[in-house]
Amino acid sequence: MVQQTVVDETRRPPAIVAVEGVVKRFGRFTALNDINLSVRAGEKIVLCGPSGSGKSTLIRCINHIETHDSGRIVVDGVELTDRMGDINTVRREVGMVFQSFNLFPHLSIVENCMLAPMKVRGLSRAQAHERARGFLRKVRIHDQADKYPGQLSGGQQQRVAIARALCMQPKIMLFDEPTSALDPEMVKEVLDIMVELARDGMTMVCVTHEMGFAREVADRVVFMDHGAIVEEADPETFFRAPRTERARDFLGQIIH
Amino acid sequence: MFAVLFEPTADGQRYIDWLLSGLGWTLALAFFGWWIAFAVGIVVGIGRTVQNRAFAALARLYVEVFRNIPVLVQMFLWYFVLPEILPTTLGNAIKQIPPPWGSFFPALICLGLYTAARIAEQVRAGIEALPKGQTEAASALGLSPYLTYRHIIVPQALRLIVPSLTSEVMGIYKNTSVALTIGLMELTAQARQISEATFQTFTAFGAATLIYLALALIAYQGMALIDRAVRIPGTARTDDDIAPNLAEDIQQAGALPAGMEIAK
Repeated sequence: MVQQTVVDETRRPPAIVAVEGVVKRFGRFTALNDINLSVRAGEKIVLCGPSGSGKSTLIRCINHIETHDSGRIVVDGVELTDRMGDINTVRREVGMVFQSFNLFPHLSIVENCMLAPMKVRGLSRAQAHERARGFLRKVRIHDQADKYPGQLSGGQQQRVAIARALCMQPKIMLFDEPTSALDPEMVKEVLDIMVELARDGMTMVCVTHEMGFAREVADRVVFMDHGAIVEEADPETFFRAPRTERARDFLGQIIH
Repeated sequence: MFAVLFEPTADGQRYIDWLLSGLGWTLALAFFGWWIAFAVGIVVGIGRTVQNRAFAALARLYVEVFRNIPVLVQMFLWYFVLPEILPTTLGNAIKQIPPPWGSFFPALICLGLYTAARIAEQVRAGIEALPKGQTEAASALGLSPYLTYRHIIVPQALRLIVPSLTSEVMGIYKNTSVALTIGLMELTAQARQISEATFQTFTAFGAATLIYLALALIAYQGMALIDRAVRIPGTARTDDDIAPNLAEDIQQAGALPAGMEIAK
């Protein structure tokens, strides 16, 4: 029972991510049950839902960190399968930001941002350095470039993680609960960066419970429960008048 | 008490020169053996953690074989058995290697490969101790498995295991004493020779023991310095992490190196 906003299909940009009938099981537990979702270039999608609803699993499947059991996932024109030769050609176009930052602790901030552009994109050291400085400035952390991740606060680390992903100049950015591990006073600095990124036209899929963020930037809110997409609507509709009981319960729990 | 060491020997040297010559062989064996062990150990340790089943199985086999056969037996296998199972000409060529090299090379290979198996297990433990998010973040950036190991996994794992590698550094030079059984005149062998020439058993082995002890402390301090030098800024690791390790090493090692137990 997924309702979609009716728009003239021909005027929309093509889907950069297409998820069709995807099923993912962990042993007997079905984490994703027949998921269909398409993301068009430039679109911002917020995935929300109670914990264990499969939203993180879904975005981890989109860059093949988890492998799906059946169905199809097509990213930027390439179908993700177990047998594909080089998954990394897809991954380099898909940036990912994790809940726990996952910066490389043994590399300085600027080296964190330079490694993949140099080794994967083949940039020279000078080019990678220049690009890293640029994106670190964008996330307003360029004055810390030579420090190590352990010397930064959580909010700063997450901003570096965003800059690190951007240095690959991806076509799409995935955010897996980017603010859930942060102290409350640091949430805003990360969300501000994400809002700016959205304004720049980046295609984004965000798993987040930050409803203010969802209202501000999302084109669509996708609500998941028990491994299925339960409701999909523009944020205004979703927050004002959720159609399903489960979405109403969920919103009741997170909005005090 | 050590005065006898400065007395002249039959060959015109002093007994202490015998000890120093033995120390030289001990250090050479431990030093070069260590680099063999370190290089092979890292490769095998990585092999234990890779997805490729054939490679992982081979690495496992290596560790089980080399870790579970006593060093002394391995020493005999390299020295006595290897030349016999090789083609006759090659076997004879090996037997023709003049002393002390004829003993040194088998001992070097033996200690290097044995210690490599132990280091491999440390490397594996270090790799497995890293958060899964590190590999995921590297994959998400498009780094291949090779690049992920090369730039993300191995540099962190090696830093993590520096304290436990201290035991292996101490272990390899203590195990050099086993080389006396195949005729290498290293420190313990020289101590025994002095003891036989002078009947000053206590002095001879006492001096050797002090040298081994001094080496242990130097190795320990050296590893502590390395640990401090490679520490990642912003990560706190207290000295408590290392201190219990020393106690453990001393306990593990027993008072004397393995070869000295044999010499007794």
